[in-house]
Amino acid sequence: MDRNLIRIRTLDKEDITKILDQSKVFLEILDRPIKKVPALRGKVVVTLFFEPSTRTRMSFELAAKMLSADVLNFAASTSSAVKGESLKDTALTMKALGADYIVVRHTHTGAPEFIAKQGDFRVINGGDGFGEHPTQALLDLFTIRQKLGRLEGLNVAIMGDIAHSRVARSNIFALTKMGANVRLVAPPTMLPVNIEKLGAQVHYRPDAIFEDTDVLYLLRVQTERQKDSLLPSLKEYAELFGVNGDLLSKFKKDVIVMHPGPINRGVEISHDVADGNDTYIEEQVRNGLVVRMAVLYLLEGGKEAAHEAVN
Amino acid sequence: MKSKTVEIMDEEGIKRALIRIAHEILEKNKGAERLALLGLQTRGVPIAERLAAIIKEIEGADVPVGALDVTLYRDDLSHMRHHPQVRATTVPFNVENSRIVITDEVIYTGRTIRAAMDAIMDLGRPQLIQLAALIDRGHRELPIRADYVGKNIPTSRLEWVHVRLREVDGIEGVTLGRSLDRAADDE
Repeated sequence: MDRNLIRIRTLDKEDITKILDQSKVFLEILDRPIKKVPALRGKVVVTLFFEPSTRTRMSFELAAKMLSADVLNFAASTSSAVKGESLKDTALTMKALGADYIVVRHTHTGAPEFIAKQGDFRVINGGDGFGEHPTQALLDLFTIRQKLGRLEGLNVAIMGDIAHSRVARSNIFALTKMGANVRLVAPPTMLPVNIEKLGAQVHYRPDAIFEDTDVLYLLRVQTERQKDSLLPSLKEYAELFGVNGDLLSKFKKDVIVMHPGPINRGVEISHDVADGNDTYIEEQVRNGLVVRMAVLYLLEGGKEAAHEAVN
Repeated sequence: MKSKTVEIMDEEGIKRALIRIAHEILEKNKGAERLALLGLQTRGVPIAERLAAIIKEIEGADVPVGALDVTLYRDDLSHMRHHPQVRATTVPFNVENSRIVITDEVIYTGRTIRAAMDAIMDLGRPQLIQLAALIDRGHRELPIRADYVGKNIPTSRLEWVHVRLREVDGIEGVTLGRSLDRAADDE
């Protein structure tokens, strides 16, 4: 493992497998009466969020607490960032406070790399601009492997606003590295030019993928981007790409449905599918905890290697 | 690195030691009631399984067997640059009020057992915890002792004890090794 987790793009298959294998072991902790182990006692984890988030920030906070780390939460809206403090000075403040880990979410792609240069803390990317969201992809792969037993050779369709999705980008990198076949399904306005160069097939309508899709991964329609004229209307999107019981019945019987959340019920996913048995959104959230615990645990520390005590 | 090794226990020796330990466990606990065996990853686990099989033969009782990885409880984690991979912990019995026998292949500094006791306490409140080790090589750094020992082997800190078990290593036996190149192995 590296010191930081910023991009899936720079990981190899062995790194990803190691994180997924380690995550599986942590599942046992979630079933304990006392959900806490002392592994990161005395470490300080800062969640530095310049964009809104519910599950990613809470998931990192709880994962760190389950490993006995101390957690400081920074939300841009209630911090000195509103007084104009620069990202660099914020990072230097975190350094002075003795942060061992910084989990960062930022509107600008590359902000995590910039922060990593400011101190000797470990940096985890919690989502940067149109860049990546590596822990989301890892928890998605973990969930797929948990449900279907493997990743290699699976047909995974990602449907929705690919162009504006760092989740899609991290998943395309992760899934192709692990040997899955990735299909991207979206109207042309939601597909970036040359995206197929990342090793994915491109389709403009869901009917092309009915037959052999193993995983149907839905992205949130970013309703806040409606002013960008990506869609004639949300209603039209819901009619053509919204997954309801009727559309889902055209897929393979054992297809699994996933969504990174938050979901827009009635837009990309209907109530009945969101609450149905083929959908694993809550498992994704639960698995996010163990994947983040594994990442916090596995990132390299800064100390000298101690002699290995045996027996 | 030059070294020499001597065999100190063969397959038969290990077998006899485990049969004796199984009898001692039953004697000390007056039977197998509420007894559970918890093997420390990795070689403590087959030792626990073998003891359970022997107890089954002697007493006809099914003693539950679990596996415990203590890595997350080690006292030297914050000194490491690379955290070791954590292996599975599976405890298929209720810890509350149970009589747990921890099994490990070698007891040395006692630090692993300290970690194991902390891990068990996080899972519940056992009635008691005992320790069975195939080899006790001395050099304790904590006030911990084993209740059941297969063989006491006085060692120097420059020596190492290798326990090999069929389930993990494919071969069976205990060897004592000593480096002839003192400087390379000096602690």
